[in-house]
Amino acid sequence: MKRIFFTLSTVLALQLGAADWLQFRGPNGSGVSIERDGLPTSLTEKNIAWKIALPGRGLSCPIIVGDRVFVTGSSGPQQERLHVLCLNAADGTVRWERQFWATGRTMCHPKTSVAASSPASDGRRVYAIFSSNDIVCLDLDGNLVWLRGITRDYPNVSNSLGMAASLVTMGGVLVAQVESDSESYAIGMDAGTGVNRWRLERPKNSNWTSPVTMAGPSGPILALQSSKGIQAIEMVSGRSLWTYTDGASTIPSSCAADGVLYVPSHGMTALQPSGEGAPSQLWRSNQLSPGTGSPLVSGGRIYTINNAGVLNCGDIKDGKRLWQLRLKGPFSASPIAAGNYIYCVSEEGLLQVVDTQAPEGNIVGKLELGAGEVILGTPAISGGAVYVRSNGKLWKLTR
Amino acid sequence: MRMRSLFSVSLACLLASAGGIIAATLADNLKTIRAVGPEGSGNEAAAKVWPQIAASGSVALTEILAAMDGANDIAANWLRAAVDTIVSRELKSGAKLPVAALRTFLLDTKHHPRARRLAYELIVRAEPNEAGRLLAGMLNDPSNELRRDAVQRLMNQAKELAEKDATKASASYLQSLTGARDTDQVKEIAEQLRKLGKPVDLPRHFGFLMDWQVVGPFHNLKREGFETVFPPENGVDLKATFDGKSGKVHWGPLATSDQYGMVDINKPYGKLKESTAYAFTEFNSAAARPAQIRLGCKNGWKVWFNGRFLFGRDEYHRGMQIDQYTIPVQLKSGKNTILIKLCQNEQVEEWTTEWQFQLRVCDESGTAIYAVDRPPTPAAPKTETNSQK
Repeated sequence: MKRIFFTLSTVLALQLGAADWLQFRGPNGSGVSIERDGLPTSLTEKNIAWKIALPGRGLSCPIIVGDRVFVTGSSGPQQERLHVLCLNAADGTVRWERQFWATGRTMCHPKTSVAASSPASDGRRVYAIFSSNDIVCLDLDGNLVWLRGITRDYPNVSNSLGMAASLVTMGGVLVAQVESDSESYAIGMDAGTGVNRWRLERPKNSNWTSPVTMAGPSGPILALQSSKGIQAIEMVSGRSLWTYTDGASTIPSSCAADGVLYVPSHGMTALQPSGEGAPSQLWRSNQLSPGTGSPLVSGGRIYTINNAGVLNCGDIKDGKRLWQLRLKGPFSASPIAAGNYIYCVSEEGLLQVVDTQAPEGNIVGKLELGAGEVILGTPAISGGAVYVRSNGKLWKLTR
Repeated sequence: MRMRSLFSVSLACLLASAGGIIAATLADNLKTIRAVGPEGSGNEAAAKVWPQIAASGSVALTEILAAMDGANDIAANWLRAAVDTIVSRELKSGAKLPVAALRTFLLDTKHHPRARRLAYELIVRAEPNEAGRLLAGMLNDPSNELRRDAVQRLMNQAKELAEKDATKASASYLQSLTGARDTDQVKEIAEQLRKLGKPVDLPRHFGFLMDWQVVGPFHNLKREGFETVFPPENGVDLKATFDGKSGKVHWGPLATSDQYGMVDINKPYGKLKESTAYAFTEFNSAAARPAQIRLGCKNGWKVWFNGRFLFGRDEYHRGMQIDQYTIPVQLKSGKNTILIKLCQNEQVEEWTTEWQFQLRVCDESGTAIYAVDRPPTPAAPKTETNSQK
């Protein structure tokens, strides 16, 4: 029990900065902000603190470290120009921008882009990955720390539809999940140098899900999802701990909360890991099947948005569906939460705020972020603000 | 007096020496960056010297850009980041960029195409009016990005002329076509020229190989055909007969008249699933030279060049485009051979019935290289649907 407490504390402590949003779906990839109050809910144009134009296009999630917002993009006829921008959270002005040339393939489906995967930070450095499998590590001031070109190292790791798995970092290791039909790996790199600490062969199947971190018996563990199921490994060593082999989605990612892993598998399946043995299945529900966006667990409930644009709310104890609420979709972005509110942004740029305490859920805020805007990226929450990015713009919304 | 002179000389020597040290250090640092290699090798050493390079003044820009010549792509990115950092800092401090030196660098086409493009962007950032003048001479530039902008400039001119003077518009479009390598630009130019009554020989422009010999079908059950070595992989004998998937199979001709060189394997065999076929052609080169094979294919594929395996991918129906894959080769003078293996999988959806490829031989810039005996492009039947409109 002591050891479990220690590792949970370690994981939480590693999420540097109370209000930082350091990766895809924020703290531990949960989608849940630790900020419970002070965010905008009933929305009007006045809630837009600022909006800025971004170079090129992208659907990566913005991340926030202190007073800095980091966002990636790709531009050029073949999207071969890779951008990393650092903005001042206060006013959206550009602190610095760095550009790189793609060293891997940039072909992707027209709906997505080369800047599909979200960057990550450990509070000291920013790590960005692109569909070309280029990984860039910069310090917070834009100084280059290291580079990797994963496709140059492993030439068949590419996907003609585009890659999309986001990075995670913890305990001095940066993990990239680069999986395709022809060659697949999870790679644990030294966060300071980019050199491989471990490399794990993964199922040869296209896969756009992102790794999820959880507290483990002797350090952080990583749940790697694929069409085969889940493979849990030690984050620092890459050592395999347990597997779940009943299949899983290749688009929405899993979500971890309070030691339970909620997997988009046969609808939604809740797994309780127990050391290095096979995890036990707590429940399974085909009523909570997510569409493109990943599930969200908050306040004892699990939320998913299905392909029809319906927000489903279930009880995390048994997976029983509690209510459904029709939103205006379609959705590619994952929902995120702060306190009692869930933020959902549609592909057409409609941000909708749902009060989860209303008996059947209630939409309490709506804001059209602009005609013609295509929003596929998951928003971020930090410092009392919600950040939303479209292909070409970034908004900061405050109360 | 003598003491003062001696001191001055010593100081001068020291400064000269220091200057030498600084110059040597930048050169050494650039060498360290250029040494970065696979799997992060060289990253630690590069990280130590990169801040010193990035701390250089703008006078060092052209030396840093020149260090990209012959550097690998990762090293070029390290150097690019240093250039960005220097430029950002210098401009913030109110300093001016060394435009004259950058212009000299840009106009030397022996330098790395991406470095020259970066130099161009820095020049235009300092002197925006320079863009048009510089691009005017870059219609056939080795840099894809510079050439693309030069082509676009002519296309824009042609568009303006189209309503006033069709003859001049045609001439401008035809001139732009000589530089166009990017598919979107070529398509647009060809469409405009077609409207102006000047059809374009697209297969020739791109250099698609239109005439093939094919053999099949062999099996690809459970996608295992991809790794199965069927007889054509052991040597091509166009007169040979093999045991195929459902009987004896032999080589036969398959020519395409598709404007984008699409070779449809379904034509001779029908819409088969779980099958493998081979396509073979010869390329008679005028000279030994480096070249590229550029392939578009949404099926599993492998390519052999002059009997040597080049690359393969078992990705099925994830999309297809011209120049989807680029593979460097060394052409020899005279006959070269290209063998491609094409695997169709088990999926049954309508969008998975396509079993096809398009292949061209070109140089690094995408300029078509023609076989000395390249036949005239066959006329596309009016009823034929082109693979990409």
